[in-house]
Amino acid sequence: MLSRLANPARFMRMSGAVLPALGLATVLVLAIGLYLALFVAPPDYQQGESVRIMFVHVPAAWLALLVYLIVAVASAVALVWRHPLAEIAAQAAAPLGAAFTLVCLVTGSLWGRPMWGTWWAWDARMTSVLVLFFLYLGYIALVNAFDDMGRGARAGSVLALVGVVNLPIIKFSVDWWNTLHQSESVVRLGGPTIDPSMLWPLLVMALGYLLLFKTLLLVRMRTALNERKARALRLAAPQRRAAAVLPDSMPTDATPVPR
Amino acid sequence: MRPYLDLFRRELSLAFRQGGEIGLALGFFVLAVVLFPLGVGPEAEMLRRIGAGIIWVAALLAAVLSLDRLFAADYADGNLDLLALLAMPLEGAVIAKCAAHWVTTGLPLTLISPFLALLLDLDMASLPVLMLGLLIGTPALSLLGAIAAALTLGARRPGVLSSLIVLPLYLPVLIFGAGAVEAGIAGGGARPHLLLLGALSLAALPLAPIATAAALRQALD
Repeated sequence: MLSRLANPARFMRMSGAVLPALGLATVLVLAIGLYLALFVAPPDYQQGESVRIMFVHVPAAWLALLVYLIVAVASAVALVWRHPLAEIAAQAAAPLGAAFTLVCLVTGSLWGRPMWGTWWAWDARMTSVLVLFFLYLGYIALVNAFDDMGRGARAGSVLALVGVVNLPIIKFSVDWWNTLHQSESVVRLGGPTIDPSMLWPLLVMALGYLLLFKTLLLVRMRTALNERKARALRLAAPQRRAAAVLPDSMPTDATPVPR
Repeated sequence: MRPYLDLFRRELSLAFRQGGEIGLALGFFVLAVVLFPLGVGPEAEMLRRIGAGIIWVAALLAAVLSLDRLFAADYADGNLDLLALLAMPLEGAVIAKCAAHWVTTGLPLTLISPFLALLLDLDMASLPVLMLGLLIGTPALSLLGAIAAALTLGARRPGVLSSLIVLPLYLPVLIFGAGAVEAGIAGGGARPHLLLLGALSLAALPLAPIATAAALRQALD
């Protein structure tokens, strides 16, 4: 399975076929989710209408964690099996994860102002999500810091795996420390403590976010593959030209293989 | 054991003979601490409250600045390749290098911290907690910093990059280190914080060298 999908040409074919349907599903589910969240879900008895920020904030937080996990798993696969697509997937996913983290931080801040009376508090969950944002930035900066693309990708993979220690800290911070941020109310033992009338829009929004991530990931991966192909062609061009002028001067199998 | 000690001794004599290395980190540490009273105002009341945090932040920054000493020179002149070829595991070599790095940064910082505490008018009673915290927390700084130092070998602008990578990893050390002193002042007992700090260093001791060695190997091939 893993090696079957390792072929970039096959990936391009399959992703090209899936992408339109995936994009359409993303638009539909996000539209339905937003409608449910903004018009159907009832206002909270305490928080009033501002509870609707939750439908944007919570899925973003979930995705922020999930995407980091995906980056880390892809990095491990890339390091262990030298899977060519795993590296590209990790690098394509990281900026998306950073964006979700930023959305989570900004909407949380906007939500905190009316509810807690402050834009920001240095409690455990917020601080650890901020650290997650910096981990993403560090990963992106490291990957792009080398002239040799392969070296950047491998260094980034090691860093992504090191950063995984932060994930359980974020996940459980609200349970370990008693802080301003409320504790887990959806995925917990004994069932969710959130009312079904709000849970369903939330889950639809989460599905919409997930589809959005997958769509953008595929687009970014395809772009990265095309970029590599273009680079390889550009690098090979002078050699081809030289070979055309002086047929014997250069062995034909010396075309550089892009990493 | 012998090769590790030899490597440790080599690192130490390099640090001492090249001179200024230890002094630079210490000088930066002192200057960074001195900046704060000038920046926030010299009221003893306020300095006493934030003093421990200032010292810890300055220690973190001084540790970050000294990271390029760990591998950069050996990477540039090829010694790192030889190190990787030795019979001893690269992880062990990393530990020996980190130990030497700690002796030339973490330990001097710890020893000089009481004088800085005096400058910030910190309570005499909290000095032992501050020093003990630095003593057991700074090894984690060297060990975690080694990961970033190894990852950024050969990168463009490695200094800025490694601080961006390593400072998020340093946060728990800062939180528990400064928290220990604060809890001691508040009368809550510094013990839990110090224990957590020790746990961080002990966890970093086996784990960080594995990541560092992995990063070094991919930098070398």
